[in-house]
Amino acid sequence: MKHTLTPSRYLVLLAVMLTASIGDTMLSHGMTQVGQVDLHHLGLLFSALRNVWVIGGILLLIGFFASYLSALSWADLTFVMPATAFGYVVVAFLSRFWLHEHLSLYRWAGITMIVCAVGFVANGPSRTEHEATELELMDAGVGR
Amino acid sequence: MVAALAVTGEVLTAGAMRRIGDLDVIRERSGLGGAIKAVLRSPMFIVGALAMAVNFFALLFTLSVVDVSLAAPATASLTYIGNAVAAKIFLRENVDKRRWLAATFVVVGVILLAH
Repeated sequence: MKHTLTPSRYLVLLAVMLTASIGDTMLSHGMTQVGQVDLHHLGLLFSALRNVWVIGGILLLIGFFASYLSALSWADLTFVMPATAFGYVVVAFLSRFWLHEHLSLYRWAGITMIVCAVGFVANGPSRTEHEATELELMDAGVGR
Repeated sequence: MVAALAVTGEVLTAGAMRRIGDLDVIRERSGLGGAIKAVLRSPMFIVGALAMAVNFFALLFTLSVVDVSLAAPATASLTYIGNAVAAKIFLRENVDKRRWLAATFVVVGVILLAH
């Protein structure tokens, strides 16, 4: 396994951590302003698209998917996974400091465990390098 | 079922991205459009994205019939462990002790956060 992360790639992982959770929170905030959507009021979905929070949330979730795919193109899934889990921690902090909700001891313990998990993999190699097969070597012109 | 769909989607997507190659390099060579084209032309990515989409609706259905405090952490935990196992088997990732420990900590952390 090789550790090949440059500072810009750490920024991509940071984007993976932040965009999904902040995007979800913005969508949730926006949808509470729009009101309950059911089968008889599907038109509300279109008015939701005019809500600033909903638009911001959708843009952040598009950003999440782009940065997630980018991360998977140069790092293992098991390396990127804890970064996506860190989103739960961000949501917990947003609910505590933005929505002023109470965080129980259980939740603080959960936050600590996820932060530790991110620390474990962040200190390790980012990608498993497989030995190239003979065919791949020939494709690359190395075997000639 | 929800976790299995999530694992299928994530592993197929990760496999597709590994096959496509480093997106930073593709973007330098062929621009952002070229990178987007490379991703959208991958059948493995399309199937993975479809599995993720079906997973999204399956999760919505599950949340409508099962208590959210049970469904959300249960599916998330199963997905993290399932991803680690599937990544080792299908993507041949080197899931060493450090990564197993991280997956276990994430699972326990998610369960604690749901309390």
